[in-house]
Amino acid sequence: MGDTLKIVVLVKHVPDAQFDRHIGPERTLDRSESILSELDEYALEAALQLTDARGGDKGGNEVIALTMGGPDAANALKKALQIGASSGVHLSDEALAGSDAWATSLALAAAIRSLGEVDLVITGMASTDGETSLVPAQLAEHLGLPQLTFASSLEVSGRTVAIQRDGEGVTETVEAELPALVSVTDQANEPRYPNFKGILAAKKKKIATLSLAEVGLDAGQVGAAGSLTAVESAKPRPPRAAGTIITDEGDAGVKLVDFLAAQKLI
Amino acid sequence: MTEANVLVVLDGVGESLKKSQLELLSAGRLLGTVSVAATAPVGEAVLAQLRENGAAAAYVPDGADLSEYLVGPTAAWLAEVVSASEAQGRPVRAVLLDNSPTGRETAARLGVRLGAGVITDVVGLEPDGTAHKSVLAGSYEDRARATSPVSILTLKANLDLGSPAAPAPGSAAVTPVAVPADALTRSARVTGRAAKVSSGRPDLTEARVVVAGGRGTDGDFGPVEELADALGGAVGASRAAADAGWVSHDLQVGQTGKTVSPQLYISAGISGAVQQKAGMQTAKVIVAVNSDPESPVFEIADFGVVGDLFEVLPQATAEIKRRRG
Ligand SMILES: Cc1cc2nc3c(=O)[nH]c(=O)nc-3n(C[C@H](O)[C@H](O)[C@H](O)COP(=O)(O)OP(=O)(O)OC[C@H]3O[C@@H](n4cnc5c(N)ncnc54)[C@H](O)[C@@H]3O)c2cc1C
Repeated sequence: MGDTLKIVVLVKHVPDAQFDRHIGPERTLDRSESILSELDEYALEAALQLTDARGGDKGGNEVIALTMGGPDAANALKKALQIGASSGVHLSDEALAGSDAWATSLALAAAIRSLGEVDLVITGMASTDGETSLVPAQLAEHLGLPQLTFASSLEVSGRTVAIQRDGEGVTETVEAELPALVSVTDQANEPRYPNFKGILAAKKKKIATLSLAEVGLDAGQVGAAGSLTAVESAKPRPPRAAGTIITDEGDAGVKLVDFLAAQKLI
Repeated sequence: MTEANVLVVLDGVGESLKKSQLELLSAGRLLGTVSVAATAPVGEAVLAQLRENGAAAAYVPDGADLSEYLVGPTAAWLAEVVSASEAQGRPVRAVLLDNSPTGRETAARLGVRLGAGVITDVVGLEPDGTAHKSVLAGSYEDRARATSPVSILTLKANLDLGSPAAPAPGSAAVTPVAVPADALTRSARVTGRAAKVSSGRPDLTEARVVVAGGRGTDGDFGPVEELADALGGAVGASRAAADAGWVSHDLQVGQTGKTVSPQLYISAGISGAVQQKAGMQTAKVIVAVNSDPESPVFEIADFGVVGDLFEVLPQATAEIKRRRG
């Protein structure tokens, strides 16, 4: 095995943040109007740049897009294939619904193990719905991988992956040996769009659907049953009481300070 | 959960504890008896503060410098601390960390090691361990709990704790706990660090006041900085301003930047896209200055000024200084 890479990219089908998002009576998120999470596009782009530089699919590299979720989640895979992923894997099982980060990462780890040896797992910095950034780290722990998270750039040479990341007041360089898990921020690259050729090529690419049993898990380990957290209630934040809007007539700075004083903020 | 043993994780402890770290200790006391796990050895001044704040024990790492690695080894070490505490007759029921990316990821890996549920973005806490958590970019608030024997919570700054009782002094007995050697072998190592220039302003995520500028500043952050300084606040920015290179990405507030919940957020020359709102709409009071009355930021502003930020901000700064004499 020369300098080729087999990369798994996690992609998630999430509600489009451009629309109002709702939590339904079952305390789960309404998933109509969903799209491939924007933050995962940076992960896919990072994977494609690494494999393009090594001759792409023809050079023996692979970018496998992996998603977990109901039937609609396959749309995220289709988009990933159009953008350039080599193949898709869809972990789909009714029992997965309502999984928290723990159950999600357990299931994703099992799915990744079923794909054989993988050099890199690349994820976005967070999902745009759950927003916790828990899954990449929990996945790394389940798989026993070093994690290099919040990468603003990454490089693989030989069996070493190196990233740059912005810490609190510092920029850090971090290194690990492959296999490893990397999460990338929206600073890492400019994601490409699917072009006509990509859209045609995607039709020939394969999406494998895996059931829970096929990755060696049972229903009790995932979903609400396998989760370690429970949401007791979900309320829209009380709408902010209509504020005062004024148009500057030359004294708005002073009025602003009057407002701050009335609020005891100065 | 009252009178449970609570482990408070303190990361990046300096010469003395920061406000947000003291807040973690108060949150711990709300749930029970507090012990501390500091990710690096602590000095005498910090120990005195820990005693004052009721810490029964202070665990420090022994045998390796955790700051050379990303979160994996820290999580492995914390799992050892939890065992050590149990061996000393103090089984840990809750672990509290800060809500920074590092705090959340450490919580994540520790959660897998302990089989413990993790709740992030906690904005309020009840004595029985129920957490109030902000979700969907701050548009919803959940009440959630961990269903596992141990719960792990990451807490935002300026957290709502009701009115916690004053602490009874603790002994803060220092216990070194070995960093497990196998945790270091398959880990990501920090091989370089370049410090960025410090502004001397308060830390963005814990500041009580944030003044943020966007594309509307057209690259001139002077009025934003001067108002922030007059209010003793931090400077924030939209992604458009950070991407343009006008300010460091460290200052970006939003979905892919920092999340802030200050007492006061002043938004200047920022349109208020969902990704920007995601980082700031849990602020107690929002003030917006924008020349376009149609800007979505006005939908969430408590006080909005339709006007030119280059007129309004300097006038406000001068007025604050005048009133202070
Ligand atoms: C995946 C993803 C992640 C993102 N993450 C973030 C994030 O974390 N944070 C973030 O902020 N954005 C984020 N964005 C970008 C976001 O969608 C907006 O593009 C961005 O917030 C716009 O910044 P802005 O409001 O400064 O600029 P604009 O939208 O261009 O708004 C500038 C505003 O300034 C006003 N203005 C102009 N001149 C003046 C003046 N003299 N006085 C007063 N007002 C004036 C205008 O009326 C306008 O409303 C993200 C986008 C994506 C796709």
